[in-house]
Amino acid sequence: MIKPVNYLTKVYGIKNGWSLDVYEREVNGYQAARKALRMTQQQVVDEAKKMNIRGRGGAGFPMGVKWSFMKPHPTKPAYLVINADEGEPGTHKDRTLMELNPHACVEGCIIGCYGIGAHVAYIYVRDELHLSKERLWSAIREARAKGYLGKNPFGQDYPIEVYVHTGAGAYICGEETSLLNSLEGRRGEPRLKPPFPAQAGAFGCPTTVNNLETIAVVPTGFLLGGEAFSQLSDLHHLRDGGSRLYGVNGHVKKPQIVELCVGVTLRELIYDIGGGIEGDRELLGVIPGGSSTPILRADETVNAPDEKSPLHTWHGKNVLDVPLGVDTMRGVGTMLGTCCATVLAEGTCPVLAMENLMQFYRHESCGQCTPCREGSAWLFRTVTKILDGKASMAELDNLHDIANNIMGNTICAFGEGTAMPALGFLQKFRKDFEAYVRGERTRAGASLVPGPATASAGLPVNP
Amino acid sequence: MPLPGFALSADRERALREILTRYPTKMGACIPVLHLCQEQEGWISPEIIDYVARTLDLPPAHVQGVVTFYTLFNQKPVGKHQLWVCRTLPCALRGAGPVLEHCEKRLGIHAGETTEDGKVTLRTAECLASCGTAPMMQVDKDYFENLTLEKVDEILDRLTR
Repeated sequence: MIKPVNYLTKVYGIKNGWSLDVYEREVNGYQAARKALRMTQQQVVDEAKKMNIRGRGGAGFPMGVKWSFMKPHPTKPAYLVINADEGEPGTHKDRTLMELNPHACVEGCIIGCYGIGAHVAYIYVRDELHLSKERLWSAIREARAKGYLGKNPFGQDYPIEVYVHTGAGAYICGEETSLLNSLEGRRGEPRLKPPFPAQAGAFGCPTTVNNLETIAVVPTGFLLGGEAFSQLSDLHHLRDGGSRLYGVNGHVKKPQIVELCVGVTLRELIYDIGGGIEGDRELLGVIPGGSSTPILRADETVNAPDEKSPLHTWHGKNVLDVPLGVDTMRGVGTMLGTCCATVLAEGTCPVLAMENLMQFYRHESCGQCTPCREGSAWLFRTVTKILDGKASMAELDNLHDIANNIMGNTICAFGEGTAMPALGFLQKFRKDFEAYVRGERTRAGASLVPGPATASAGLPVNP
Repeated sequence: MPLPGFALSADRERALREILTRYPTKMGACIPVLHLCQEQEGWISPEIIDYVARTLDLPPAHVQGVVTFYTLFNQKPVGKHQLWVCRTLPCALRGAGPVLEHCEKRLGIHAGETTEDGKVTLRTAECLASCGTAPMMQVDKDYFENLTLEKVDEILDRLTR
C-alpha cells in the first residue's frame, strides 16, 4: 500500500533545505541526537533494535542487531563507517540525501557513534559525487560550529568527529570490507570474513559499517520512538520496519525518488509512483533493487503453497503485487536490494540488457578471485557473441555453468551479484537468447530504447 | 624538507596537513592526497607517486598499486575537460547510446580518447547514481541530467569553444 511520508524528504523541496537552519526549524533537526546522548549507550542500541531498520544498502541486515555486535575493546577505539559509495546500477537514492538533506546523515552519525561507542565516523562517498561531498562537509562544519560535533556535543562529555572520505571510482568499494581497505589507503579489494568488521574493521579496530540511508533515517526513528517507527511498515510483523526511500527508473513516465512506508508493491511503484510505462507499452520485466537483484518478469506468479511461508498470503498472485520487503523479495527468488526499481518495457531486448550489465561487472570486478575476474569477462564475451550471431547452443548453455561456478567461490558477494542477475536473464528469457543463436534475431534489430507506441524511437526523452 | 620533482602548492600543502589529522595512520590519507595531487597536475605522474610515497612513508609500489586500482586516477595526461557519459543500463534504457554516439561524432574521437587540441577527454562511466534523471553525463565536477541531444550540443559548444 502506498503511504507517503516525508521525514527525510520534507527539506528536499525547501529552499536551502540542506542548511542547519532549515533542518532545525522544519524537521526538529538534532533533537533526536540531543535526546539520544542523554540516554545510556545500551538504551540507544535497544531503541535502534526496535526500529527494525533493515540495512538500506542491499543486504537488508537488521541495523540494531549490527550495532549490538560492537563490544568495547580494552585498547582499540571503535569506528562508525558510513557507506555512501552509491554505484549499484539503478540506485540513485543516497545521492539525494547527501545533496538535499546532509544534516540527517550527520545527525544519524552522531547517534550511531554514541550507540556503538565510537568517537569518529567516516562517511565514504564515491569521488564522482562532488556536490554530495560539498554538502556533507558544509553540514559537518555547521554542526561543529553549533557545538553538535567536537569535544562536547550537546554539552555531553562524549567527543564526536565526522569526516568525509572519498573513493576514486571503484564499484567494489561499496562492499564493506573493500570499503575499509580503501579507507585505510589501500587497493579496494575485499577481505576474508571472519574477522567481521565488528571485531576487526577500519584500521584493525571494531567497526560498524552502515549504509547512508540507514544512518540518515535513525534520527526519525528516535523522534517517533523505535516501536512507532517500525509500525509505519506493512511488514512490521516480518521485522522489516519503518519508511524508506524508493526509486523508480528506466522506462517509466516519471522516474523519481519517493519516501514511503515499507510495504509498497512493485505495481504501485511502477504505475502509481512512476506514472506507468513510457508510450503506455506493456511491462517486460523489472529489476527490483539495483542490477545485482535478479529481474522479475511481468507474468511471474508467487509459488508459496506452504502455509508457514511468509509469502503464503500472496500464493498464486502476480509478483508485482507482493509488498517490497527484504524477506518477501527473497521469497520470490530475487532480492530487495536498494529498493530502486529499473523498469524494462516490452520491446526492450533482454539479451542486450544482460550484455550491458555484464560489461559493468566485467569492468568492476576487482580481480582478486579468479572465478569472478575470469567469469565476469567470460559471461560478457559470450553474451556479446550470442548477440553477434556467432555463438552455438552449447555456448549458451555454458553461460549457466560459468555463472554457477562464480557463485559461492569468491571472497565477497560481488560474485553472486554478477551470477544471480545473469542467471535471472538466462532462465527467464531463454527464448530470446535462443533466437539469436538460431539467427532469427540480430543485434541490428535489438534495442534498449523501444520507441513509444505512437512516436519514433530514441531521444529526446522527457526532462 | 622539499622533495625533488614534485611539490604541492602552498594551499594544497595546508590541505594535506589537515587531511593527515583525520586518520589514525598516514596510509589513510593516501587516496585523498592522490586526489589533491591530481587536482594540481591533471594526472598521477611517476614523480607524484614518489612524492606521495615519501610524504606518507609508504613504499612506492603501494602507491602505484592504489593508483592502478582506481578508475579516477589518470595514469597518463588527459584533456583539459573530462567528459563522462554514463553507459550503464538505467541510462542506456533512456538513450545513453545516442548521447555517446553524438558526443563521439561531434568531438571526432572515440570514448577513451582526447581531442587533438587537448581540450576534451571523452569517456564512458559506469553508473553515476543518476538513474532517475537519465540519460546523464558528468563534465569535470558537474552533473548534466535528463539530457537531450540539444542539451548535449550546448554542453559541447561551451567546452570546445
